[in-house]
Amino acid sequence: MQISFTLNGRPTTVDVAPATLVSDLLREQLSLTGTHVGCDTSQCGACVVHLDGAPVKSCTLLAPSLDGATLLTIEGLGATAGSNGLHPMQEAFREHHGLQCGFCTPGMVMTATALAAANPAPTEAEVRRGLEGNICRCTGYQNIVIAVMAGAAAMHATSAGE
Amino acid sequence: MRAFAYHQPNEISEAVKLLTSVEDCKVLGGGMTLIPTLKQRLAAPAAVVDLAKLPALKGISDDGVTVTIGAMTPHAVVAASPIVQARIPALAHLASEIGDPAVRNRGTLGGSVANNDPAADYPAAVLGLGATIITSAREIAADRFFVGLFETALEPGEIITAIRFPVPVAAGYAKFKAPASRYALVGVFVARFADGVRVAVTGAGAGVFRVAAMEQALSQSFEPTSIASIKIDAAGLTSDIHAEADYRAHLVTVMAKRAVTAASR
Repeated sequence: MQISFTLNGRPTTVDVAPATLVSDLLREQLSLTGTHVGCDTSQCGACVVHLDGAPVKSCTLLAPSLDGATLLTIEGLGATAGSNGLHPMQEAFREHHGLQCGFCTPGMVMTATALAAANPAPTEAEVRRGLEGNICRCTGYQNIVIAVMAGAAAMHATSAGE
Repeated sequence: MRAFAYHQPNEISEAVKLLTSVEDCKVLGGGMTLIPTLKQRLAAPAAVVDLAKLPALKGISDDGVTVTIGAMTPHAVVAASPIVQARIPALAHLASEIGDPAVRNRGTLGGSVANNDPAADYPAAVLGLGATIITSAREIAADRFFVGLFETALEPGEIITAIRFPVPVAAGYAKFKAPASRYALVGVFVARFADGVRVAVTGAGAGVFRVAAMEQALSQSFEPTSIASIKIDAAGLTSDIHAEADYRAHLVTVMAKRAVTAASR
């Protein structure tokens, strides 16, 4: 079947079998490999993307659900802001060493940007609760939490200055 | 995942027609259970009927006595709804504790209730509040809806369109989460109405159930201490890798007391 949607700001039309996961469509058909598949069982959150602005797990989303929707992946997020091509949240993860192996990072960043968009100054407890669906098997949560709080502040400082 | 035909009807009548005429069909709500089931090939339907484009299945309304929530309303929307927060805050709280943020953005009320997972949260609220399940064919009282393990009173081809919740005087929900899945190891929903109290338990057994002894005690005196000495029989409760039946039985009383405390705030 043919589906049309907005992918990272660009109108996109693809032919897919209905039994296709969005994570597979992105990685295998559209070569957007920034969206990672960690557990493939909706637990780990490495595959989080924004569907019409809301963070969802792309490994548990059927491609036909994209028809008419707006999808943002980590590749699109990086292109939205920052002089070096990094979004303020990505910059904060780099600055605060919010990653170790980096596998979970795309999902962490996508969840974090949605969290910060809804809550400009999240507390540590709010960040930890907000990241319940994202697992880091390096268990480096401390710096991730620090990075998300700093990234939220940076996102809103940037938008206030615009 | 095996191949399937995909249908996205625009009318409820069209959806019902598909479900009754196309062989081996499954209903897709938010997909938080169906899609993992398809991926594990525990289900391999010939066709999937996606309810996402049925506007009649969305939205939250308040008529002064009841709050009605469309079946395709995601958990995150219920949790953030000013109507639900004002009228039945325990229901908004329950929705905010399901899964994780990404799951709450996709998972739906109707999907959870139709699936009737023995550890799901929503069945506790539906039974605890004595809600009415509105389907494409009729209205079903919560007391007659939950039949058994993953089993409901829904007939083949029958779709939940909305659930109508009576607004209680006070209500509370407390759950002991399984730490990895955040499903209820035991969850208790307590609702106080002018004419009595209802107590519904999820996670502990093969399906959601009420506890008459607690309802009577709380109708006399709506205090955690009224039910502190009520012991739940562990026979028939679930024993698994997460908890033995004895422990679940113990947790029912603990969570019920906490739910009463939450309702009294």
